[in-house]
Amino acid sequence: MGEKRTYLLIAPAMLVIGIFMVLPLFLAVGYSFMTANPYGGVTAPATFDAYLQFLYQRDFDDSLVFSPSYALIILRSVYLAIATTGICLVLGLPVAWYIVCQTPERRRILLFAVTLPFWINTLIRTYCWILILRDEGLANGALRHAGIISDPLPLLYNDGSILLGLVYTFLPFMVLPIYSTLERIDPRLIEAAHDLYASRAAVFRRIVWPLARPGALAGATLVFAPALGSFLAPDLLGGGKKLLIGSLIQMQFTSSRNWPFGAALSTVVTVVVLAVFVIRSRRAQEERR
Amino acid sequence: MNGAKPFDWRHTPGLSAYTALIFLFFYAPLLILVIYAFNSSRLVTVWAGFSFKWFVAVANNGAIRDAAFNSVVVAVVATIASTAIATAGALALERGRLRFGRGAATALIAMPLVVPEIVVAITTLIFFSGLGMHHGLINLMIAHTVFCIPFALLPIQARLRDMGGTLEEAGRDLYADEWRLFRRVTLPLLVPAISAGAIMAFVVSLDDFLISMMVSSAGSTTLPVYIYGMMRLGVTPEVNAISTILLAVSIVFVAAALLVGRRNRFA
Repeated sequence: MGEKRTYLLIAPAMLVIGIFMVLPLFLAVGYSFMTANPYGGVTAPATFDAYLQFLYQRDFDDSLVFSPSYALIILRSVYLAIATTGICLVLGLPVAWYIVCQTPERRRILLFAVTLPFWINTLIRTYCWILILRDEGLANGALRHAGIISDPLPLLYNDGSILLGLVYTFLPFMVLPIYSTLERIDPRLIEAAHDLYASRAAVFRRIVWPLARPGALAGATLVFAPALGSFLAPDLLGGGKKLLIGSLIQMQFTSSRNWPFGAALSTVVTVVVLAVFVIRSRRAQEERR
Repeated sequence: MNGAKPFDWRHTPGLSAYTALIFLFFYAPLLILVIYAFNSSRLVTVWAGFSFKWFVAVANNGAIRDAAFNSVVVAVVATIASTAIATAGALALERGRLRFGRGAATALIAMPLVVPEIVVAITTLIFFSGLGMHHGLINLMIAHTVFCIPFALLPIQARLRDMGGTLEEAGRDLYADEWRLFRRVTLPLLVPAISAGAIMAFVVSLDDFLISMMVSSAGSTTLPVYIYGMMRLGVTPEVNAISTILLAVSIVFVAAALLVGRRNRFA
């Protein structure tokens, strides 16, 4: 295929994504340096106010007062995203290893079973947990029926339920990349290790884990990035009371009508996520060498 | 050492039970949703017998029908547009000569997968409002096309890589020109992958909530946005029924995509 035709074929994809995705991202950066219009949108003059709002609040007499409430929301979001990543790694690694150990036919079935939740609406997958966790839900019903509790436990609308929702949503993102790196494992390595009297734990530590690491790293990126900006789990399972970045951004564009602050928040989230991806691909390239 | 069991590294004690638990974690909540959808009681948690009445209620709900219609219209347009764009893009990436810009093109096409959905949603909102474009469904079709491109592209690219270039070389040896080569060799071999990519794009578009919520306006509400509104109002059996329908649709389509994609793999 000629070079000219190649560029002609790739052009629509690049134009569509360039115009409707990358350009809007730059537009958002621009908006973040503007002043909020109380009716939505932005007006002149250009300011840094949106970024100052991360740490300060403008008082009535126009002086800046330190106010950590937004910074705390961001810290909690980062903390929950890291916790989600960690839990997914711990839960997902053994599953990936189990699938690798199966016959090809069973591998295919199990892989399909891991992939399927990914294609099911996140809204619906999150909602399932409301049915289970709410006061009159299945979990409390079962516990009450068993006589363990008399009053329902507040299982919903806390950090734990948000974390559960996030892990439930993103666990497949961890299992699949780890599986794809472990799949290429050479069985002779493990047999050789056993011949040299390595225990199961030693085989895991010295062979399986080093081979799984690039996959775990890829999985960590794939879980962390969407978990950081997630909206549905905090909104539905957190009850909208405990804000995370995702809901905070959404609020700035709907009820709060502070577009510059919302744009500043999304700019920061995007920069963090892209940085994670760039660092990850650099690392992956180094490990390949 | 007679009688000693040979070391079987493929079997770790307890691992199959552990994996079964994880799969239970994946699927039990979905099963519970489906079971509740068939509960005849208005109280979601009290089981009062098997009933289809909430599905009937959903079918008779005009607002749900309108939202579902919007969802399908948007998904069909986004699927056609994104699959066409993705097919061309995959051919360029796998068969073309890109002296510069290959890395940039790959990164650009992966953008919709990398940037958090909430950010995509609000930047798209900013973009359309900046342009003064308020055409509900058309805005949605454009936004959906953008994020469906990588989902349609991946299976096609994988198929092109799998089949290698030998069949095209054979065609070239038989003096087929580029266009004929594409029509008679490459395209027929790609049809299963293109269909699989199209189905994936359709499912992704049908399932999108966040971007539709931010971009859609009155009259262009899609099904997930409508369902979200119902959920905010409270847990009702109707929500369970419509969620179950959407769940079933996704599973049927994904299974179809896998079957279609697997067929003709070694053609």
